Amino acid sequence: MELAGIKMKNPVMVASGTFGFGKDFADYIDLNKLGAIVTKSVTLKPREGNPPPRIVETPSGMLNSIGLQNKGIEHFLKKQLPFLAKFDTPTIVNIAGESVEDYAELARILSQETTVKGIEVNISCPNVKKGGMSFGCDAGLTKQVIAAVRKATTQPIIAKLTPNVADITLPAKAAAEGGADALSLINTIVGMSIDIETGGSRLGSLTGGLSGPAIRPIAVRLVYEAARAVKIPVIGIGGIMSGSDAVEFFHAGAKAVQVGTANFVDTSAAINVIKEIEEYVHRHPRAFNFS
Amino acid sequence: MPIQEKCRILEHQKVGPHHYKLTLVSQYISSHAQPGQFVNVKCSESFDPLLRRPISFHRINTQHRTFELLYEVVGRGSELLTKYFVGEELDILGPLGTGFNIDPEKRIHILVGGGMGIAPLLALGEQIQNSKVKSQNALYVLIGANNKEHIFGEEEFRKVTDQVQVATDDGSYGKKGFVSDLLLNFIETELRTHNSELATIYACGPRPMLKAVAEIAQQKKIDCQISMEERMACGIGACKGCATKTAGGYRTVCKHGPVLDAKEIIWN
Repeated sequence: MELAGIKMKNPVMVASGTFGFGKDFADYIDLNKLGAIVTKSVTLKPREGNPPPRIVETPSGMLNSIGLQNKGIEHFLKKQLPFLAKFDTPTIVNIAGESVEDYAELARILSQETTVKGIEVNISCPNVKKGGMSFGCDAGLTKQVIAAVRKATTQPIIAKLTPNVADITLPAKAAAEGGADALSLINTIVGMSIDIETGGSRLGSLTGGLSGPAIRPIAVRLVYEAARAVKIPVIGIGGIMSGSDAVEFFHAGAKAVQVGTANFVDTSAAINVIKEIEEYVHRHPRAFNFS
Repeated sequence: MPIQEKCRILEHQKVGPHHYKLTLVSQYISSHAQPGQFVNVKCSESFDPLLRRPISFHRINTQHRTFELLYEVVGRGSELLTKYFVGEELDILGPLGTGFNIDPEKRIHILVGGGMGIAPLLALGEQIQNSKVKSQNALYVLIGANNKEHIFGEEEFRKVTDQVQVATDDGSYGKKGFVSDLLLNFIETELRTHNSELATIYACGPRPMLKAVAEIAQQKKIDCQISMEERMACGIGACKGCATKTAGGYRTVCKHGPVLDAKEIIWN
């Protein structure tokens, strides 16, 4: 199948931030079997990340506040991309910036890399003070960032949207107008959890992003709305733990899915999702047209 | 290299007021595990609670192809774990992380455990006593807990060394005070006649205790390895959720640790 100009064996990708740069999972699963690997967010300069605790478990989900810890684009190109180049699975690099120029610069740097088959633009991280979600919450800024990335590269662009908006169709349309080839949604939902003994947040940085099966109905609804608002393909993300969860997103209008938090629970979660989708398609041969 | 595998439960016993010991069968994990490493355990079939629970190796028995986990019921995950019966299987990811490093040059091994912190130290003590240079090694074990009910492993430690000291915060058993008090006293009395360069402290327990141990080690210029704890998601280094502050920046407890050189750790 092909999605936004990216050739994939199947419609199942692993979501940014849940799969590192692939290496951590290569001990457990065959990375060649995945539809695509979306890397952890890469920024221009190294980022230390947020103070711990960064993880809190919540009912059927978890809050995280990692804060885009990564070693920067230079380190990524030297140390992480060569490993991903060994696999017959497209690498999609997720980029995050503090300014429109940051995103454009990252896209420019990556545009020379043949291993990189696509760029996912993270305008939806809820755990950073500058940039991140603040771009994705504003349709004008969404369009600006995507247009700047569009100018900087010919590679396929996926705009990763935040669910923390009143009307998802606004940033969805803005990203499409800016020149995105696809949308991916949802990133995490901003949440908070309080330790009632101390009265303070259970995270080191007050709030975090909620993920896991708890958010799936919200994600399905937003994918449904976004898919009807734009002509470009939508990639569904949010609490997918099994093939049937993924199929829900296809029915909602998604052309592909990303498996995220499930990777933490089961190292072969994405592989199982692929198998279960195949079984579903076998039972319902005319349900979807993956092409 | 770690694996994800279903391991059969050979034994599952209640050993304290809220404490259980699990014996699991796995040829691969038991033959690759190192003291200080851990497994990430799926505690239920459902997704609530969602995440696995990291539990360190309490005992590694390569010969019998088993390993033991000692855990305390502290929340829903560990509560669900208690429901598993002998003969059932648990989904295990491991062995994970960086364990204790037994330096062959060292001759004096001081194990300092607070509360459930003794769990990984038994595996370590047994490994030290099983090493080839056993006769040249001196092994000391210092255990502390709130009260007598929360002292675990004393009997097992006494099988590997006769040098075991116990302290309780309330004085209900052993000396009254903290395990860090035992350590300081030990260094200033018994260790005085020895070359402290030949000694290593290995510590595991609650954070304030570990901080106190690290400060003593630094003050007395003794090597010190600390097993840290932090909330984890993936357990394999991918998510960066279990970061702890070190001199080299944030590092993952699950992969760079759980055992860190005390000098690396930034406590505040």
